[in-house]
Amino acid sequence: MATTPNAATPTEFTAPPRSLLRRWTGADEIAHLITLIAGAALLLITALLVYQLWILSAEARTKFGWSFFVTKTWDPVAGNFGALPFIYGTVMTSAVALLIAVPLGVGAAIFLAELATPKLSSSLTFVSDLLAAVPSVIYGLLGVFLLVPLMRTTIQPALKKTLGFLPLFKGPSYGIGFLTAGIVLAIMIVPFVLSVSREVLLAVPRDQREAALALGATKWESTWKVVVPAARIGIFGSVFLALARALGETMAVTMVIGNNPKIAASLFSPGYSIAAVLANEFPEATGNLYLSALIELGLVLFLLTFVLNGLARLLILVTTSRGSGVLPT
Amino acid sequence: MRIVKVLSLLAVLLAVATFSAATGQVLLNAAGATFPYPIYSKWFDLYHTSHSNVQINYQSIGSGGGIRQLLDKTVDFGASDGPMNDEQLKQASVPILHFPTVLGAAIPAYNVPGVQAELNFTPEALSGIFLGKVTKWNDPLIASANPGVKLPGDDIVVVHRSDGSGTSYIWTDYLSKVNPEWQTKVGKGTSVNWPVGLGGKGNEGVSALVQQTPGAIGYVELIYAIQNHMPYGKVKNSSGAFIKADLASVSAAAAAAAKFIPDDFRVSITNPEGKAVYPIASFTWLLIPSKFTDTAKRDVVKDFLKWALTDGQQYCEGLAYAKLPKEVVAKEMKAIAQIQ
Amino acid sequence: MSLRMVWRKSLNVFMLSLTGLCALLTVSALFFILGYLVWNGGKDLSWSFLTHLPAPVGEPGGGMANAIVGSLKLLLLAALFGVPIGLLGGVYLAEFGGRTVPFLVRYTADLMNGVPSIVMGIFAYALVVMPMHHFSTLAGGIALGIMVIPTVLRNTESFLRDVPPALREGSFALGANKWKMVATVVLPAASRGILTGVLLALARVAGETAPLLFTAFGNRYWSPGWLQPTSSLPVVIYTYATGPYEDWHRQAWAAGLVLLGLVLVTNILVRAFLTRGTAYERT
Repeated sequence: MATTPNAATPTEFTAPPRSLLRRWTGADEIAHLITLIAGAALLLITALLVYQLWILSAEARTKFGWSFFVTKTWDPVAGNFGALPFIYGTVMTSAVALLIAVPLGVGAAIFLAELATPKLSSSLTFVSDLLAAVPSVIYGLLGVFLLVPLMRTTIQPALKKTLGFLPLFKGPSYGIGFLTAGIVLAIMIVPFVLSVSREVLLAVPRDQREAALALGATKWESTWKVVVPAARIGIFGSVFLALARALGETMAVTMVIGNNPKIAASLFSPGYSIAAVLANEFPEATGNLYLSALIELGLVLFLLTFVLNGLARLLILVTTSRGSGVLPT
Repeated sequence: MRIVKVLSLLAVLLAVATFSAATGQVLLNAAGATFPYPIYSKWFDLYHTSHSNVQINYQSIGSGGGIRQLLDKTVDFGASDGPMNDEQLKQASVPILHFPTVLGAAIPAYNVPGVQAELNFTPEALSGIFLGKVTKWNDPLIASANPGVKLPGDDIVVVHRSDGSGTSYIWTDYLSKVNPEWQTKVGKGTSVNWPVGLGGKGNEGVSALVQQTPGAIGYVELIYAIQNHMPYGKVKNSSGAFIKADLASVSAAAAAAAKFIPDDFRVSITNPEGKAVYPIASFTWLLIPSKFTDTAKRDVVKDFLKWALTDGQQYCEGLAYAKLPKEVVAKEMKAIAQIQ
Repeated sequence: MSLRMVWRKSLNVFMLSLTGLCALLTVSALFFILGYLVWNGGKDLSWSFLTHLPAPVGEPGGGMANAIVGSLKLLLLAALFGVPIGLLGGVYLAEFGGRTVPFLVRYTADLMNGVPSIVMGIFAYALVVMPMHHFSTLAGGIALGIMVIPTVLRNTESFLRDVPPALREGSFALGANKWKMVATVVLPAASRGILTGVLLALARVAGETAPLLFTAFGNRYWSPGWLQPTSSLPVVIYTYATGPYEDWHRQAWAAGLVLLGLVLVTNILVRAFLTRGTAYERT
């Protein structure tokens, strides 16, 4: 290919115009096409996934409509299906998990971003990333054999004695239930809160901290009243990310939640989550209505995580891409 | 260059894995009930040892799962302790044949702190417990059947199946027969709307939960309680006697039904007449399609069935399952011819 | 010092120590998990465990050889299916794309990354198992492969973008056309980071249980070829852990140790050694 050496800028070079055939079959175009096909393959797979979920849940959607989301019963014999117990269980366990994981994760992130030396900070973050890599079924294993007996014999009775007047802590302590599932989930999502919060905290420019210190603030005050608020949008993003992860967790939850589609105020009560019921009942749902009700649950889960992830990434992007960020109004 | 090396390594790995399928092997996949899993797994293992080119891979996912996978045709045959109902049979593309294999019993296994004795359960007590009306171990309904046993005031933790289960079918079938409230409120089925309780997956899961939870009671197949050293109770039968599940009482339950067993072998033997019968016993069935496209598989299935109904039966008693009555075996051997 | 000053100073020390405690708790969780598994699982890890097939239900003994091999085969399939698509897609995003299509692809990749693995399992069941009328290693491999694609794609794009423009321009100046530049200059420059991403993605799917429950199903024997159901480590751990037999529990711990060991070792090696000098180090 002859290149005339009068290229205007270093990144483009002019060449004689090629024939149409050459343009369509030149090496670059083929490469472009192949990589485009790869990218399009992903789009195709995703579209197929959404399509399958939509089509296979059609029977349940048409039969139950919106009442699916507020019906309490899940009765395969009578063919009466409602998503409320599972939504409730998913929300409860995720709420407990966030209540534990967010303070823990943000606190640790503050330590790593503000106090620790860079070396300590990066090695501890390394360890936290390893924690995120532990498979869910291992958490389930530890949950069933370690946490559940501990909850049943020690923690739940202790909670009942001290806080038993609250409806949250009433009822027999089986060991398994919303609280146990929430605790296991919390340990699983802490690394996500930690690593994202640490990043957004580090992204807050130094002059913010120095200005606060110059005005006489203690290190804590500078952190809590200046740095964290500047990063709070990103921290919210990390919370959404962790929440999305918690919603979809299947194995660890189904091993410790009790697998009972009941709605109860007490955290000690057994319950069910969307992911857990899918794992337990999907391989054996006889009858098209049963199957499509389960798939509708899967669709709900998919949409929930979709929205949450989208929001999370938006928030994180907004915070970390801010150059000299000022406090948001 | 490195890419070429990596790719050729991958190609070799792929080839090895693909061609590791030995020729002449007949591989069958089956799924279903956890109720007979201990004996099925022993049978399939023994059969593989004597016929080394045959591998029958049985996955215990629950009777509901077995039926569904059979209907979806993702397995070659299924297993269930709740016979398929007419609606399910209609969904099958080829007629499905039920073949009883062994007799088992669903027993109430419990974990009551401080109680090692065998407890007696009346039908009222059992249905009250599972309806959620009887909530403490020292409830009069339980205590009156167990004079002399000191029952604690602990809460009863009910454990049931979280998956579609033939064992659930047997249990709810029995409760429906002895308690009209259960019949209307809950009904019988492989998967019901349980009023109370924790859910365990498979007989395995229920056994595990009962073992680990003080105050728990759950229904499992007899061998699970025996293998895991769990105490289990006697149940009062229709003649008023408290019977413990064992080979004699379970066989007695089947004996009466054996003479009148229908041609399709679908029959319930819960709560039968008789003095020494155990009231919550049941056949368990292999669900075999009547037409096979693969003749090698069909021949293996027929041969295995014949073996299981004759030689295989000698292994039942070691695992606390009762053998099939002779009349039933004879009838089944004739029915095997229906598999084409 | 005024009282207010004392209060502020003590609060400072207290809260900062609290954050240190949070960090300590988080970090010690990992060591606790690892330590407990080594202690509990290590005693049952034996050569026979690693090389034998499972024994009949209720009988002690037996091993998990087929589960280990099954997991490896599934990973191989996942890599074969997911890595090329992810890699090429990443190249597209970084080198070739325009405005709308890359935006869509990026967005979709992030979306798919967040999809719960159980939904992937359902998808693979509907897509592969139902038409084939067969549970298979192939179905499991496809489910895992789909999960690998978005991670590899975004990771590849990120590392390709990090390659300095000077390298590209130099290549152009020497007369290369675009694909040659990408293939011979940019990709090798980014290869370390890309490899990191691939290995980490594979380590992540190695531990996934939910998608395998209704695709690869399970197998008590060796699974020949690709079209039969296969046992896999995570599924076996789940099955044995929720069962009642003591022997099963012991085997579940040992298998958990094997799985965790493989995943952690991969992560540590990759993150510690492969990422020197790449963007990962900065985070």
